[in-house]
Amino acid sequence: MKWWKVLAIVLMLYSIIGGFLIDVPRLPILHETIRNTYFHVTLWFAMMILMTISIVNSIRYLSSGDKKHDYLANETVNIGLFFGVLGLTTGMIWAQFTWGAFWVNDVKTNGTAITLLVYFAYAVLRGSVDDPQKKARLGAVYSIFAYVMLILFLWILPRITDSLHPGNGGNPAFGSYDMDNTMRMVFYPAIIGFFLLGWWLVTLRIRLKNIQDKLVEDV
Amino acid sequence: MFRLKKISLLLILSLLSTLSFAQEITMADAMRESGKIYVVVAVLSLVMVGLLAYLIYIDKKVSKIESEIDKK
Repeated sequence: MKWWKVLAIVLMLYSIIGGFLIDVPRLPILHETIRNTYFHVTLWFAMMILMTISIVNSIRYLSSGDKKHDYLANETVNIGLFFGVLGLTTGMIWAQFTWGAFWVNDVKTNGTAITLLVYFAYAVLRGSVDDPQKKARLGAVYSIFAYVMLILFLWILPRITDSLHPGNGGNPAFGSYDMDNTMRMVFYPAIIGFFLLGWWLVTLRIRLKNIQDKLVEDV
Repeated sequence: MFRLKKISLLLILSLLSTLSFAQEITMADAMRESGKIYVVVAVLSLVMVGLLAYLIYIDKKVSKIESEIDKK
């Protein structure tokens, strides 16, 4: 087994055990739900890394025409979307118990919903084209557009207006008010853990696609 | 002989249980501490281990199919 798969397993277990048992700051309203930071926020960070890998490989595909880059770009979006849906639903549960409703029309929450729809459209677009090269080229161009939307809705708009999410409305995220150093001890490893887990799924899906391609070639 | 063993075992066990009621004997109490959060951590860890083991299993299966296809 590759070393990073072992690392993924170790980090996931560490973030669960450490995430529950290591001390966290005692804050009003949040109480113990502050531990969601280790599982909800890290999912989004992992999605962000996956989507970034996707746009890089989309651009690489446009210049190289290598299907390897197209598969990477496509599967990182698929797993990123999966993480995004999990992030949105876990966020809804958290919102219900701290903000008072499952959906509070927060600018970041709405922006996330739009971003996910934009990326779902990417999947639909790819699914609607039969020719593999055309599919790859269209997908690559569209995914650049989708990434711009993601930056706009997740990183720029929430900072311009006011948001319930920490680190918005002009402030940088994760200042000393949001997180202390013991929390960072779990938070950053958890991000790497979730990302590696996602990356594992990405590689599995790509390998299955390669097998499928070989089977089609033989027939 | 067998019966004697059984009876003595029963005696020892019952003695042990009364003893543990009578005084505080430190046992594996970590899992039973007031908040019982450790139980949840244990459950969640087990779920994660199970899912990861399944992922490893699928990974190995894909590797096997890959090597079979390469042989052809």
